[in-house]
Amino acid sequence: MDSTSLFGILIASLLINNILLIRFIALCSFFGVSNQMETSIGMGMAVIFVMMMASAVSWLIYYFLLVPFDLVYLRTASFILTIAALVQLEEMYLKKYVPTLYRAMGIYLPLITTNCAVLAVAFLNIDYNYNFMQSMVYTFGVSAGYTLAIILFAGIRERIALAPVPKALQGYPIAFFTASLMSLAFLGFKGLFGL
Amino acid sequence: MSLKNDFLSGIIKENPVLVLMIGLCPTLAVSSTAVNGFGMGIAASFVLVCSNIVIAMVRKWTPDQIRIPIFIIIISTFVTLTDYVMQAYYPALYKQLGVFVPLIVVNCIILGRAEAFAYKNGVLSSTLDGFGMGLGFTLVITVIGAIRELIGNGTIFGKVVFNPEFQPALIMILPPGGFITIGLLMAFLHYFQNKAKEK
Repeated sequence: MDSTSLFGILIASLLINNILLIRFIALCSFFGVSNQMETSIGMGMAVIFVMMMASAVSWLIYYFLLVPFDLVYLRTASFILTIAALVQLEEMYLKKYVPTLYRAMGIYLPLITTNCAVLAVAFLNIDYNYNFMQSMVYTFGVSAGYTLAIILFAGIRERIALAPVPKALQGYPIAFFTASLMSLAFLGFKGLFGL
Repeated sequence: MSLKNDFLSGIIKENPVLVLMIGLCPTLAVSSTAVNGFGMGIAASFVLVCSNIVIAMVRKWTPDQIRIPIFIIIISTFVTLTDYVMQAYYPALYKQLGVFVPLIVVNCIILGRAEAFAYKNGVLSSTLDGFGMGLGFTLVITVIGAIRELIGNGTIFGKVVFNPEFQPALIMILPPGGFITIGLLMAFLHYFQNKAKEK
């Protein structure tokens, strides 16, 4: 299958190059908030929401502001500031107009500002030379992949909390081994649809 | 004495990766070989030291409410610098590290040290803190890279170590190997800490 078709981009970003388990981006939040199913779902939803907005805005800034004025070297600084400002804005908007949604994912929004996945996707959209539609599909795939992985991981970690684990492995080490096995499973998607 | 502490604490006692659990993404992602790990460690340390120095210098005039955006601008200046220098002089390494070079800007170690240390301490202490933390980070990422390269490819820093009959375990270079290696390192650390506590 053509790797630039929209469906190809979606599958590749969702499963084959899963952002957490294969590309190792945004691991801090992966290990930090995946203790409980409920928080993982909230975090996943918040990531999808923020990432879609942030990618759209940073794509527009890059191609309509930085490229025409020959300011490409300001990419890093402008993207991170845009994303930080955007998250603040979204938080204020949700608090005022959509309080139910704010209660569901409000506390996760500030965390996402420093979530490297959001910035990484903004950069990758540019690095891969995606057009606007492609970059939106790619962003959705990545963020849905993040949600998928973190929810699966939280399900396993809830069980591990009840299991007898050797003393030296308690806490993070066993979580890393679990992540390793999951990553192995996701490697199995390689070659799916000839991608 | 305290200056020495500022420098040493980052290497083992408060090692950013193994103890503070920050900066995990680059540690795992670019540590498939020792050279990549070392390159990443140096790049991040450079940014860390420079931003610590500048933040410690301007901290007296920085209003409390907008300190985070100011930190981010300072950090991203140095990241952009690193990005372009690497692209110009080490294109092969730059290609290997890829998107992780600009991502140094959101590396939690750098913003974390700016907020927790450089904003509260003088220039000299902050410089030493930056060097210590950078060294601790470089050490861990290079060791993980060396372990993965050794088992996964039979080489260290590109030099062949084992005899030709050695069958490399490719899995160590692939993503799962990164998780296993850091998990094992942490388990060893826990084991020895527990032993020390019992004594």
